[in-house]
Amino acid sequence: MTSTVENAGASRRDFLYIATGTVGAAGTALALWPFIDQMNPDASVLALASTEFDMAPLEEGQGVTIKWRGKPVFIRHRTKKEIEEARKTPLADLKDPVARNLNLPPDAKATDENRVKDANGKVNEKYLVQIGICTHLGCVPLGESGDYDGWFCPCHGSHYDSAGRIRKGPAPRNLDIPPYKYTTDTQIVIG
Amino acid sequence: MSGHSAYEFKNPIARWLDERLPVLSIVRGQLVDFPTPRNLNYWWTFGGILATMLVIQLLTGIVLVMHYTPHVAMAGDSVEHIMRDVNWGWLLRWMHANGAAFFFIAVYIHMFRGLYYGSYKSPREILWMIGVIIFIVMMATAFMGYVLPWGQMSYWGAVVITNLFSAFPYIGEPIVQWLWGGFTVGNPTLQRFFSLHYLLPFVLAALVFLHVWALHITGNNNPAGIEVKSKEDTLPFHPYYTMKDLFAIVVFLMFYAAFVFYSPWYMGHSINFAPANPMVTPEHIVPEWYFLPFYAMLRAIPSKLGGVIVMFSSLIILFFLPWLDTSKVKSLKYRPLARQFFWLLVIVCLTLGIAGSQPATGAWLLVARLATAWYFIHFLVILPLLGFIEKPKPMPASISEAVLGKEAA
Repeated sequence: MTSTVENAGASRRDFLYIATGTVGAAGTALALWPFIDQMNPDASVLALASTEFDMAPLEEGQGVTIKWRGKPVFIRHRTKKEIEEARKTPLADLKDPVARNLNLPPDAKATDENRVKDANGKVNEKYLVQIGICTHLGCVPLGESGDYDGWFCPCHGSHYDSAGRIRKGPAPRNLDIPPYKYTTDTQIVIG
Repeated sequence: MSGHSAYEFKNPIARWLDERLPVLSIVRGQLVDFPTPRNLNYWWTFGGILATMLVIQLLTGIVLVMHYTPHVAMAGDSVEHIMRDVNWGWLLRWMHANGAAFFFIAVYIHMFRGLYYGSYKSPREILWMIGVIIFIVMMATAFMGYVLPWGQMSYWGAVVITNLFSAFPYIGEPIVQWLWGGFTVGNPTLQRFFSLHYLLPFVLAALVFLHVWALHITGNNNPAGIEVKSKEDTLPFHPYYTMKDLFAIVVFLMFYAAFVFYSPWYMGHSINFAPANPMVTPEHIVPEWYFLPFYAMLRAIPSKLGGVIVMFSSLIILFFLPWLDTSKVKSLKYRPLARQFFWLLVIVCLTLGIAGSQPATGAWLLVARLATAWYFIHFLVILPLLGFIEKPKPMPASISEAVLGKEAA
């Protein structure tokens, strides 16, 4: 029976050995988290979350760039020609068939209407509101340029159409539409 | 070759110290008596040149930090303060900025020397792989350093490079926000880049220590690519190679000084004198010249994720080089076919560099695509096949025979 006693002793020792090691490893892993998480956006960054803008002073064909969460947001009063072109474009011609509108479900189709819809479903096709950051590597595209009467990114040559949809070049997605809603017919709150 | 020499120090204090902590005998064994192949040419001096550049970067960097302010509102001004007000600030800053460029010139020569003479082959695989890690850490350090003046090119360089990580599905966006500490590149980004830019050179120094350690286990490769067989094949490191390295370092520093004193902004971009503006991207943004071949690969692929994967693969592939090259013969001196492919690879890499500096359209885009394809074909197809196809030239029996000829040996 001595062998059983020896085994019992060994297995108890093994258990303590493994348990101690596990607690040590888990504790180290947990202690690592604050060092990793401190790099995430902090409270002061998260606090700067919403911006108001009145679009009434914008003339047809005029666009402005405003700042939201430190990012450029393009707000454009589109011309009739631009709206017409964007509407006529068949969805089959689009590189990215999804609206990329944070106010809509993620699978909403990239129709012109879906590109100008706010969080309450209100549509004013004159005003296009989008985050002015190329979905390729984050440069700010130039307005009123490119092959599709929209935006052109000078960094790596992406062309967006008059609804901000990617048509040509390395960018994978349409320009993002930020979360926003109309508070009056021309006033919006972004974020 | 490893271990310290059995030298008995005559000085009683030296002997007393060495019996307790054998630093003196390690220096003696590794830096003085260390047996080094007698046929090393000047291409072998770039290791010493690189160590010198690392020290220059550390020294100038540590003193620049005494005057620099890592804040978006003050970074650019503090750099100009260094240039105009700080005693010798202009010299220290130009030494540091041009030092980075010359560090890369030396590392590229050092790496191509390794490629030419097969220095990555058995038994030096680990030595080579540590070298590749050093190269990658060097690139990260240089990138973050370029962001610190917070000019337009600094800012948009940081935006484009950090956005590379957004190419990965699902995890991309959280990773990028974690890197930024915000929703765009901003003050938190600048501060952490500053912290890491200060840290990484010390990591580099530790890696260099491992690199040299691995070198001193296997001993140097040499232009003949034959391992050391007898005492006749080697010379003591000091004074033969300390003096040869020193001479090469002085010549290299003359070129460096010519840039520091007469053309310090030759490799810079004037747009970086404009303060960073997150609302406007400059017309034509390009990375520093030493990143251009990789930048060309990134842009050559018409898909975002694809471009990022190809660019990173071009570095990762170097880790597998010791096993991709199937030839037993190290030195290209005895490999007539491989030698031609080597020079083709050099031309391809230079072409990628030029293509990376041009707008990514039309003919240049095509050139970049062909060159990118060839870069991978070279490592994945040509090198593995050459080992089977090529008939190497007859090799000398030993290093001393290679140097002195058959009769003398």
